[in-house]
Amino acid sequence: MKDIDERFQKNRDRTVPLREELRPRTVTTPDGQEILIEPLKDYFCEAAPKVHPKAYFQIVENFYNWARANSLWILGFGTGCGAIEMRPLMTPRFDAYRYGVQWRPTPRQANLLIISGYLSVKTLKRAIRAYEQMQGPKYVIGLGSCTINGGMYWDSYNTIKRLDAYLPVDLYIAGCMPRPEALLAGFMELKKLIRAGKAEGANKYAENFATYKAAQKSVIKDWDMPDYNW
Amino acid sequence: MRDLHANLKTRHALGPFEPRRANLGFVTVPAERLRGLLTELRDVHGFTHLVLLTAVDWMEDGLFQLTYLMNDRAGDRTLGVRVMLNRDEAVGEDMHDLWPTAATYQRELKEMFGIDFPGSPRVDEEFILEGWTDLPPYRRDFDSLAYSQQTYAERPGRVTHDPRAHMKSKLYPEG
Amino acid sequence: MTPQPGFQWIQILYALATLFVVLNYGLLMTALVQKIAARVSGRHGIPIWQNYVDLVKNFALRSQISHGVMYYMGPIFRLSGGIGLLLFVPTIYGLPWAQNFSFAGDLILALYFVFFGTLGMALGAGESGHPHSAIGVSRGLSQTTAAELPLALAVYAIAVQYHTLNIPQIVAAQQGGIAHWTLITNPLATIAAMFAYVGTMMRAPFDVVLAPQEIPIGPPTEYHSAYMALMQTNRAIFPVAKTVVYMNLFFGGASNWLEFALKVFALYLIPAIIGVVHPRFRVEQSIRFFLKWGLPVGVLAILVV
Repeated sequence: MKDIDERFQKNRDRTVPLREELRPRTVTTPDGQEILIEPLKDYFCEAAPKVHPKAYFQIVENFYNWARANSLWILGFGTGCGAIEMRPLMTPRFDAYRYGVQWRPTPRQANLLIISGYLSVKTLKRAIRAYEQMQGPKYVIGLGSCTINGGMYWDSYNTIKRLDAYLPVDLYIAGCMPRPEALLAGFMELKKLIRAGKAEGANKYAENFATYKAAQKSVIKDWDMPDYNW
Repeated sequence: MRDLHANLKTRHALGPFEPRRANLGFVTVPAERLRGLLTELRDVHGFTHLVLLTAVDWMEDGLFQLTYLMNDRAGDRTLGVRVMLNRDEAVGEDMHDLWPTAATYQRELKEMFGIDFPGSPRVDEEFILEGWTDLPPYRRDFDSLAYSQQTYAERPGRVTHDPRAHMKSKLYPEG
Repeated sequence: MTPQPGFQWIQILYALATLFVVLNYGLLMTALVQKIAARVSGRHGIPIWQNYVDLVKNFALRSQISHGVMYYMGPIFRLSGGIGLLLFVPTIYGLPWAQNFSFAGDLILALYFVFFGTLGMALGAGESGHPHSAIGVSRGLSQTTAAELPLALAVYAIAVQYHTLNIPQIVAAQQGGIAHWTLITNPLATIAAMFAYVGTMMRAPFDVVLAPQEIPIGPPTEYHSAYMALMQTNRAIFPVAKTVVYMNLFFGGASNWLEFALKVFALYLIPAIIGVVHPRFRVEQSIRFFLKWGLPVGVLAILVV
């Protein structure tokens, strides 16, 4: 459905200057030395992600995959309206803990990032950071129509329309919003994918790193973080 | 409300009163009289609460309309004060000394409509958008659909139905 | 190195066997307690083997990052705190292979090991550079310190009572029925120690340090993959080891594995039950609580003895 009004051309030339505290600068230390500080380089490691091979023996990998499937740790990060659908899963009615699904408060310990609904450009930046800080193998679920094709925000000036252009998505759950039951069914599907060894999003991200970065940078104008910030 | 309007009309060069309900009405005031009117409404007539400050883009007329919606809690009445600004060099008057909350609204208007409020605290900082490089997105000459199609990756295959025709064909296939 | 008198190499194997039993017991018991807590809130909760799966999963993660040497050492210190506590305390009274490496002054060493893991964690989490870790650790240290005070006093009290710092002798003195337990012979010391027990088990109302909803998860914010797995292992061993110390000191020890399992479980249920029905204290509140209620009881226990 391309019906671009060609009379409107977006401004492609303007760039956003880096925030002042992130620019390189020279600082005089208390003992009189002059040192150069580059916040983006000094505070983060910029090494690109690596492709991690599977375990050497297939049977070991299968065992690992079984464990990964039965111990899904979700990052408690609600990006849009679907965050409301994640909460009932902890309650007695749905009780996702039965299936080995748990919530972790920090990306370091989580394996599953649920993009719950529409993702504005501002939140996309945070979602990328959170995703890159997670340890592989890691999985992404796109929850709701907005992550699939924009949903009701298809003509919004500030929300992305297709999540898998920016992050490697393993599974979409359609609906606006999907009910918590649908989310549970999605977890079961994801478990099947993991057990079959098909959920290799982290490696896909590493392999196509340049492509993903280009897509991310095309929408995030004020890129004020290193390219890969684990 | 009409009494109030009659009382203020000549002194503040108000336009005609446009009632909506018994306790809600709108009135237009020239930009240079705005501060005097708002101050008097707040201090004398009990409109102590600034409910919101918003803008309307009258692109065809070359105007921005600012609406200061003010509420008199004790008297249970709401008055909307409208000001017309020139759209090409949209500069509003900073009101944050009357209501501190106005600063936030003015920051939002600066970002979303490009209406400047000189003197308002932090008015030039980003409010909601981060790294926005294009026209302020609430201006009507900003084409949201075209922008999103030029900017964001799309998944092919999306179709849109006219709801009326679609539901008709679903519910009454024979016609 | 000449072995200590009475040392036999087989002791190492025995100690490892004890460790193995305790590890599995701890993994299952913490899962069971979590299930009990879930039942209280009307859920079914995690499967009983969930801890094992999580452990395997964390070891199986492919990528891990480090923040420096101390970051490596943090979980190791933590784990050695748990294992050390277990190994220097006789697990089963009278069972030769479960005596571990207990010796004359082991009570003091046990007290040290109770604190050792937290200190190691402080170093490791500090190195991770995450502000949440630093805040979490400082809160954890202050709370643990306050909570351990009553325990220290209670330990002095029973050391005075039994004229020894040797845990096997303390256990031996308590044999012969429930009337000989410290619980009966010195109830004040027991109560003071139970303050510390409830306070350091990282359960509500004293779990503000580690609670996921607070400053995200506190000290282990940056820990992941195998580091996390090590800490999980410790989280299975350490509560059991600590409970063993309490059981030995105040509840007559255990003379076989069944008694051990039941007593540890019963003791562990105390903080668990208190936890499920109480909201969370803030750090300064819990410190005030320990100083106000735990400390006087401890002082009283010493005075009475």
